[in-house]
Amino acid sequence: MKLTTTKNSTVSNVLTMTHRNLLKTMHNPDNLSDVVIEPVIFTLLFGYLFGGVIAGSVQAYLPMLVSGILVQSILNAASGSGQQLREDINAGVFDRFKTLPISPIAPLAGQLVGDIFRLLLSGVVALITAFLMGWRPSADLPMLVVALLLAIFIGWSTSWIFALVGLMVKNAELIGSLSMIIILVMTFLSNAFIPVKTLPGVIQAIVKVNPVSLTITAIRTILRTGSWGSNATMVFISGLIIILIFMPLTVLVYQRRG
Amino acid sequence: MSDDTVIKVMNIKKQFRNKVAVNDVSFDIKKGEIFGLLGPNGAGKTTILRMMTTLLRQDAGKVSLNGFDTLTQSRLARQQFSITGQTAAIDQDLTARENLMIFGKLNGLNRTAALSRATELLTDFDLTNSADQTLATFSGGMRRRLDLAISLIGKPTILFLDEPTTGLDPRTRMQMWHAIQKLVAGGSTVLLTTQYLEEADHLADRIALIDHGKMVAMGTPSELKKQVGGMQLRIEVADSQQFDQAQTIAQATLRLPVNVNDRILTVLLDPTSMSQVPHVLQQLQSSKIPISNFAIETPPLDDVFLKMTAGKN
Repeated sequence: MKLTTTKNSTVSNVLTMTHRNLLKTMHNPDNLSDVVIEPVIFTLLFGYLFGGVIAGSVQAYLPMLVSGILVQSILNAASGSGQQLREDINAGVFDRFKTLPISPIAPLAGQLVGDIFRLLLSGVVALITAFLMGWRPSADLPMLVVALLLAIFIGWSTSWIFALVGLMVKNAELIGSLSMIIILVMTFLSNAFIPVKTLPGVIQAIVKVNPVSLTITAIRTILRTGSWGSNATMVFISGLIIILIFMPLTVLVYQRRG
Repeated sequence: MSDDTVIKVMNIKKQFRNKVAVNDVSFDIKKGEIFGLLGPNGAGKTTILRMMTTLLRQDAGKVSLNGFDTLTQSRLARQQFSITGQTAAIDQDLTARENLMIFGKLNGLNRTAALSRATELLTDFDLTNSADQTLATFSGGMRRRLDLAISLIGKPTILFLDEPTTGLDPRTRMQMWHAIQKLVAGGSTVLLTTQYLEEADHLADRIALIDHGKMVAMGTPSELKKQVGGMQLRIEVADSQQFDQAQTIAQATLRLPVNVNDRILTVLLDPTSMSQVPHVLQQLQSSKIPISNFAIETPPLDDVFLKMTAGKN
């Protein structure tokens, strides 16, 4: 009775789940605006409003702003994973997936693989907006891609943290607003939009140890000098450590659930 | 146990903290049967269903689907069935066709097969005109139909339906009933839970009555009705001043216990007392007690359960 026309492998299960996940982003204006509209708005807003005050002109501000916006957009896109997982769980969709003869990890994997595409989209939109406003990177195209990939890698590592939060906190709206607050605080208390030396001493100390600042500095260096610095290596290793800790932890919590 | 037994449930138990949710429930379901789990909210129907569909591990007992144990052969067991849940568990952000395609692929169909099966089901369930709209525009009935269609995409031999018509209007309910009957005619076996006596009566070949996690009775609808008794008389007295008098008349004439609630009298009738009902009406009339409503009806489920559990505790 059962139709089996293709081999129902884990890979094809994960690809189907990823497809589903991306369709959800494309159809849902709320999710899409997080990924596409926010980077555009923030780049325009910050560039034209604060460019003159902070750097003397919009053009002079853009090289600094672009790396800040890139990391902020990526973190924003990454934060969606927790809320989306929780919404799926609460809607009963995951229960339904669990009754299917598929790889049990596929629903979670679909979310996290989908995240990579959302991160890419968000990062590219941020860079294109800045480019249209007149920003020209001193790095060549391959190094520009390297900077983007590093940002996506860091974003993806935090996706796993947000996914874990999504599995543990029952209320989807709470996850959404918590994620937003954390990202706002983390990015504004960093070197994303302002020169650190203008800040009071205590705040300066906090900003300097903020991991978001360290990430932005590493990406800024690549974009400015066109070469991979030691700070970029440090950031890459940190991302790797986050993934090595949170990927198994998230998978464990996911499998234990129910 | 004959060879055409598709579902076997043996002495399953489930306890949540100190509350026993399901206590020693057993039943067999044969191929092509519609089996109804009937009971009020919180009786344990959904918990039984969750254990049968591998979503919850039972504390004791065994469930086998087409011979596959749900605990030790869970992935094989999952290939045997589909489930349609209480709330339509489908993606709001996807279109009807996309939803069907995704589940088709997850059931092992390739793109072409999933697409043609999706089109087939959209036609069967009268959803062709809205196939490419997201579910935000769908009515409750359309969502349920799509939900059922999704369950059928892999042509499962066993179908679990958890309260498939709760909250639906009568017309949509009839459509769902037809769809379910059509499925069984095609050789599927269906287990459904419901809190509507009428639904179980209409659809199910056999019914298990569940209350407080226990099976209180099992049999064909007519067997159960005989056990429960027959119909219920309901009289609504217009004037509350004359209520006590009406109650006395009903009690004296029918010689049965009379339940009172607000201005409504209800009496569970047995076959012999049915012929006494006209006398009740005559006496009410001669005593000039006006009534605003009068009915002989199937007793609501609550009353059935009161009767079924009475004397057993």
